[in-house]
Amino acid sequence: MGEKIQETNMPQETGKVSLGKELAILVKTNIRDYMMYIALVVIMAFFTWQTNGGFIQARNISNLINQAGYVAVLAIGMTIILILKHIDLAIGYVAGFCGAVAAILMTQRGMSEWLVIPIVLLIGLAVGMYQGVLVTKVGVPAFVTTLAGQFIFRGLLNLTLQKTGTIIVPNKGFNALSNGFIPDIPGLDLGIHVLTVLIGVVAVVLVVVSQVKARRNRIKYNFSVTSAPIFVFTLVAISAIIMVIIWMLAKYNGIPWTAVIVGVVLIIYNFMLNKTRLGRYIYGIGGNDQAAELSGVNVKAVTLFAFCSMGVLAALAGILYTARLQSATPTAGLAFEMDAIASSYIGGVAVSGGIGKVTNTIIGVLVIMSLTNGMNLMGVDISYQYIVKGIIFIIAVAFDVRSRKSGK
Amino acid sequence: MSDYILEMKNITKEFPGVKALNDVNFKVRRGEIHCLVGENGAGKSTLMKVLSGVYHYGTYTGDIVYNGEVQQFKSIADSEEKGIAIIYQELALVPELSVYENIFFGHEIMNGRTIDWNKTIVEAAKVLKKVRLNIDPSTKVKNLGVGNQQLVEIAKALSKNVKLLILDEPTASLNEDDSQNLLKLIRELKEQGVTCIMISHKLKEIIAIADTITVLRDGATICSMDASKKTVTEAEIIKHMVGREIDNIYPKREKKNIGDICFEIKDWTVEDPVKGREILHHVNLNVRKGEIVGLQGLMGAGRTELAMSVFGNPTGYKIHSGELVLDGEVKKFRNPKAAIAAGIAYVSEDRKGNGLILIQDIKYNNSIANLEELTEGLAINENEEIKVANSYKDSINIKAPSIIQKVGNLSGGNQQKVQLAKWLFVKPKVLILDEPTRGIDVGAKYEIYSLMNKLVEQGMSIIMISSELSEVLGMSDRLYVMSEGTITGELSAEEASEEKVMKMAIQS
Repeated sequence: MGEKIQETNMPQETGKVSLGKELAILVKTNIRDYMMYIALVVIMAFFTWQTNGGFIQARNISNLINQAGYVAVLAIGMTIILILKHIDLAIGYVAGFCGAVAAILMTQRGMSEWLVIPIVLLIGLAVGMYQGVLVTKVGVPAFVTTLAGQFIFRGLLNLTLQKTGTIIVPNKGFNALSNGFIPDIPGLDLGIHVLTVLIGVVAVVLVVVSQVKARRNRIKYNFSVTSAPIFVFTLVAISAIIMVIIWMLAKYNGIPWTAVIVGVVLIIYNFMLNKTRLGRYIYGIGGNDQAAELSGVNVKAVTLFAFCSMGVLAALAGILYTARLQSATPTAGLAFEMDAIASSYIGGVAVSGGIGKVTNTIIGVLVIMSLTNGMNLMGVDISYQYIVKGIIFIIAVAFDVRSRKSGK
Repeated sequence: MSDYILEMKNITKEFPGVKALNDVNFKVRRGEIHCLVGENGAGKSTLMKVLSGVYHYGTYTGDIVYNGEVQQFKSIADSEEKGIAIIYQELALVPELSVYENIFFGHEIMNGRTIDWNKTIVEAAKVLKKVRLNIDPSTKVKNLGVGNQQLVEIAKALSKNVKLLILDEPTASLNEDDSQNLLKLIRELKEQGVTCIMISHKLKEIIAIADTITVLRDGATICSMDASKKTVTEAEIIKHMVGREIDNIYPKREKKNIGDICFEIKDWTVEDPVKGREILHHVNLNVRKGEIVGLQGLMGAGRTELAMSVFGNPTGYKIHSGELVLDGEVKKFRNPKAAIAAGIAYVSEDRKGNGLILIQDIKYNNSIANLEELTEGLAINENEEIKVANSYKDSINIKAPSIIQKVGNLSGGNQQKVQLAKWLFVKPKVLILDEPTRGIDVGAKYEIYSLMNKLVEQGMSIIMISSELSEVLGMSDRLYVMSEGTITGELSAEEASEEKVMKMAIQS
């Protein structure tokens, strides 16, 4: 290792270098994150061009969000599993199975969707618990445990729908989860979704306040910060992106319920990873499990938690997917895990574990789902879709591995 | 007999910050048994790695003259081709493969494009006869005892037509019978014309077997003695091994304030289920409040295993008997977490492998073992965390631009200080330091010693595990010596001397 001292993420001597030089250092140190955003913008621009603007229309953006919902939920759970250096290959069929159970309970038992949803989430928890116990207590590697799970839950999914085939779900409330939009403030008709705009404004204010606060704190403790012009520019850019998306949604039907659900899951997991002990322990175990154990971390309990959380999120994804199709089918769940794992890695989870952010994973989801959505709009054959996604995935990971090596 | 098979001339090998070998000269006569002795860290293994090509040509300075030619080994394969084979302390066999597969692993007997297994088995049987190992060549290696595995390693070397055989502590993990057997075999090989370099700590067997003994100390050759007439004594060797003055690199404690017994290990017997044998036998040890107790012993004596089995036993050893008493109360720790909660901290010898999370920053590593204290409700109080990390950075002088520096980018000494900061933050009653100054420079060493003195003055109890004799003697109020899983002696600082400790440490 030697004596080499290197500051991470931030340039060393801010305020003493020129703006151009600072930008150059920023790009150099954060190239990994920037590439992800650039890739997303390039992909979106490409599809917008190819579809004569169809891709970027409000209607399609809404559609994209609804399509991406279940993958986003899965990818958030997967990010934690991957940070811990495990993997879960079973989530696709777990989601499919849970969705089928939900459909059966609503159509054949006539249960209310508000009762069915918690029941299905509990089933997901049980599945996660089963896989987690195998990995932590019995010691079967996660790859094997969840590969076996893929067999089992595929079988269970088929068994559940054996008699009926595809089940149409008539429940409006349930289907709204992936097709509906938040209601507007009653009595207002301004030709635009007012509540959506209000939420957007609040979001921008929250982002600005929290960023300014964080920057003040860093200055207070003498940590390096980006120079004021760059900081302001970043804030303006983020605010602009939020407002553009919000404006587009507001002109259409408003914020989809899926976005609300994903948003809540994202906020909870982001808080957990960054602010709580559990989150610290997850990064610690991923970085060096022996050191974590010797620091008093209960490695098995944390790992078990990760699999349980994955199970619950898989069930939630199953609910969202069933609601999206308004039906449960025996093919639901096919290759969900591929999209979730690819999204996490594209979002910057390190293949060697210990590093990753759920917020970046969402960018990864947008990359993968923009590809799916865009290529569907263009009418690209599904076979080519897989090949294109695979190539983008491997380029992202190869780039990640190289940039981390040179960063050290 | 003046024909040298090997001459290593003016070998100097540097690692970042450390000169591991300093102008070493080492000559081996053809057909002799040459023993290489020295304390841990004296440079024996480094010298052998230079010879065998592990540290390839160009990473050291000096010349290796073998069979009269200057050699430039780029890899182990190069040196093997010339007939040099090295057998490490940790055996390099594949346990799930058979004996014959292992013997010819890497230099298979081919029949065209495929392996000729029949011929392999016949040849394996031949070399096994040479090492007088009477077993079926198709036995799996994992079913052999350590002694026989050692013989398979030697058979493997013989199958490559070895001319110069290097053995790194071959008898360290063998019992008396197996050791005698092995030494006899080495003598036989000598008669067949194989030259042998043997690294060992067991002075008795060295005196019995060596033709020449070379002593290394602090990366330099101290002397080469002709031992063929068996006139060399153990005392003589020990004197050369340790013969340095204890200089004043150990800060003196102003006031000693030693209280009652704080922590006690009684009749502690532990088995390692992986090795399938007892690794600690009825260990008794105690430490008083405000006392530094040294735990000396050679590598493999069982000191780290003792610390780990006491510190919540994360490796899953079987504890057959014994109890732990902390402040008069009998304790049982289910995991490290419980041990930490009770007031015990263990600073690992392997700071990169077991101690630190290198991809995280100083602040993170500083607080990971005691986040409870920083948590308010659900969330961690990050301002408080920063204050804590900054205060430790200042008080124990961690040299880094800031506490958000990644630990992987710090020097060894500063990494060790981060490890110490992390464990001081849990505010332990008993601090177990395992090789606290390994691989760090003299300046940082002095700072760590001063810190230890300050801590015991404040009433902490410290158990310091160390292989470095002078450090143990310089810092301890009292010390235990361990050998092969047993405490072989307890000495007060006044009665301890290097010779006494070394004698206890190599006693079996």
